[in-house]
Amino acid sequence: MSLKVPILKLYDCLIVSIQWELDDHMAMMFQEDLLNKLYETGARGVVLDLTFVDFMDSYIAKVIGDAINMVALMGAKLVLTGIQPPVAITLVELGISLNANSTALDLEKGLEQLRKELGG
Amino acid sequence: MAKQTSVEIVTEWDIVAARQLGRNEAKALGFGTVDQARITTAISELARNIYLYARVGRIDIERLDEDGKQGILIVASDKGAGIEDVRKVLEDGYSTSGGLGAGLPGVKRLMDSMDIVSKSGEGTTITITKWLR
Ligand SMILES: Nc1ncnc2c1ncn2[C@@H]1O[C@H](COP(=O)(O)OP(=O)(O)O)[C@@H](O)[C@H]1O
Ligand SMILES: [Mg+2]
Repeated sequence: MSLKVPILKLYDCLIVSIQWELDDHMAMMFQEDLLNKLYETGARGVVLDLTFVDFMDSYIAKVIGDAINMVALMGAKLVLTGIQPPVAITLVELGISLNANSTALDLEKGLEQLRKELGG
Repeated sequence: MAKQTSVEIVTEWDIVAARQLGRNEAKALGFGTVDQARITTAISELARNIYLYARVGRIDIERLDEDGKQGILIVASDKGAGIEDVRKVLEDGYSTSGGLGAGLPGVKRLMDSMDIVSKSGEGTTITITKWLR
């Protein structure tokens, strides 16, 4: 009964917005789906939007952090967007960094930033 | 007169149920969004530890009302293998499962107090509290 995290393709970028609370299954599936889609489409960039995520524990943070590293390994650029203040605060208190080199306030700014980083 | 609610942790989905219950209680008590996230995260960490290291256990949530001060008390208990060295599991990065090892030291920082009682072979009881400011 797990819902899937939708992954959209726009130009040569993938747009992923996590819209509801992830359980462990969804988190792992999301990781796999994202890498498969990246491979299939040959997209060069990913915007990962966390606007609707209202908490993150160390397990989900690990899955997302691993996904960020894997995207980099596959040679694509990733911009993380929409992290809410409570999530940023609890992640730092947990002592976790997501290894995101590039972040933006919201999806729109993230997409702009990504297209700039990819060279137009 | 404490109102108490609980979730038995048996399957992975019970981790979700426990943290949702915690968030609802925190919200009802009037905690702000940052403290709601702290409490939700702490419960998620403890419930997942039960599921991973003890297989089964329970999360009990209680409202606190002492001398006009309100808060939330959460007890995570199991009859699993127990924790051998409590000092060690409170070190950042210590994990026996390839996890981040951020759970227990993190919960300690997220909450106002944390108390671990554990006996090898008998189980673990972890009590955490957060007060409304
Ligand atoms: N309820 C428990 N019963 C037995 N051992 C536990 C329990 N909770 C935690 N532990 C031990 O403490 C270690 C640290 O836990 P934690 O800080 O949550 O990090 P992680 O879960 O990422 O390993 C675990 O790897 C495990 O060995
Ligand atoms: Mg843990």
